[in-house]
Amino acid sequence: MVLIMLIATLYSPLSSFLMAQQTTAGRRYLRAFVSGFFVAVPVTVTVLDRFAYVARVEGASMQPFFNPEGGLKSDIVLLNRWSVRNYQVQRGDIVSIVSPKNPQQKIIKRVIGLEGDFIRTLGYKNQYVRVPDGHFWIEGDHHGHSLDSNSFGPVSVGLLHGRASHIIWPPSRWQQIKPSLPPNRGPLDTKEEEG
Amino acid sequence: MFRRVLGKTLGFVGYTIQYGCIAHCAFEYIGEFVVCSGPSMEPTIINHDVVFSERMSRHLCKIQKGDIVIAKSPYDPNMNICKRVIGLEGDKVCTSSPSDLFKTHTYVPKGHVWLEGDNLRNSTDSRSYGPIPYALIRGRVCLKSLAAVRGVLGHSFLRSVIFFTFHAILPLALTLTDGA
Repeated sequence: MVLIMLIATLYSPLSSFLMAQQTTAGRRYLRAFVSGFFVAVPVTVTVLDRFAYVARVEGASMQPFFNPEGGLKSDIVLLNRWSVRNYQVQRGDIVSIVSPKNPQQKIIKRVIGLEGDFIRTLGYKNQYVRVPDGHFWIEGDHHGHSLDSNSFGPVSVGLLHGRASHIIWPPSRWQQIKPSLPPNRGPLDTKEEEG
Repeated sequence: MFRRVLGKTLGFVGYTIQYGCIAHCAFEYIGEFVVCSGPSMEPTIINHDVVFSERMSRHLCKIQKGDIVIAKSPYDPNMNICKRVIGLEGDKVCTSSPSDLFKTHTYVPKGHVWLEGDNLRNSTDSRSYGPIPYALIRGRVCLKSLAAVRGVLGHSFLRSVIFFTFHAILPLALTLTDGA
């Protein structure tokens, strides 16, 4: 994010410099820089906060969907922040949330259950959990290597940060991300009998 | 003629976008005015009080024990709650009511805070729903409008100045939990 802001700050005074007139070159550049700065920075910050965010996925908790080779090559995803402004998510979406354990870290996982769903957990303190109101249940695709709701329980919807909509790097993995629940990981239907 | 109108319209749209973005940055990173409703923070904050909550402490992680904060409700992200921070991560907080014979305590987990309202008898807070993640906090309340002339929108300039004068809310020493 700092890189994007740096590029925006350097680009805008260049363009406003071309439109400045009279006075000495030094004063012209300073004026252009200041006016460009006050335009570029709020616009960039607003776009990153409200519309779209770009982030690199690190770690192995969402393999094989993200970072299938692991190691040095990490996927870069586009997070759509406008679509979650009303906190609407579907089961199977990949979302990024602020970690409940560390408020300065964001984690990216898949939504398995919404409020009111019954979930059969993998390694949580209770085997069956009903997701409370205003919460949802998230899991990483790589069970066992993932810090998710199986460790810290249902997560409040207020922590939602954005929905991953596209993988944008590496170019060989360009794709739109569609919501899909992994097999056998979904809310329990109250009519079915689970063995 | 048409080109001039188009130019002016585009300029107007550009200025609107620019000032909208500056306003967003101000509300998001500096502070905002909030109207509080409900009796859970009496006598510090009364129903329909206007307070100013600043956002910098939350982004810099400088919220401390005793601060009054505005946070998103854990059960409904569109609702906000206004409570006082009683415990930060790692602190020991008392979860039993003063009338219980045996006192129970719990430790606030990592990355969470424990909130309680000042009006303990009439407040739903962490004593019912547990500690909330730090990231749900939106801002720290630092100024409160003077209650004396609240609701009086005077005609004179002086009266409106008094109406909008704020006084600071200092973090109070914790006398809320029982001393045991």
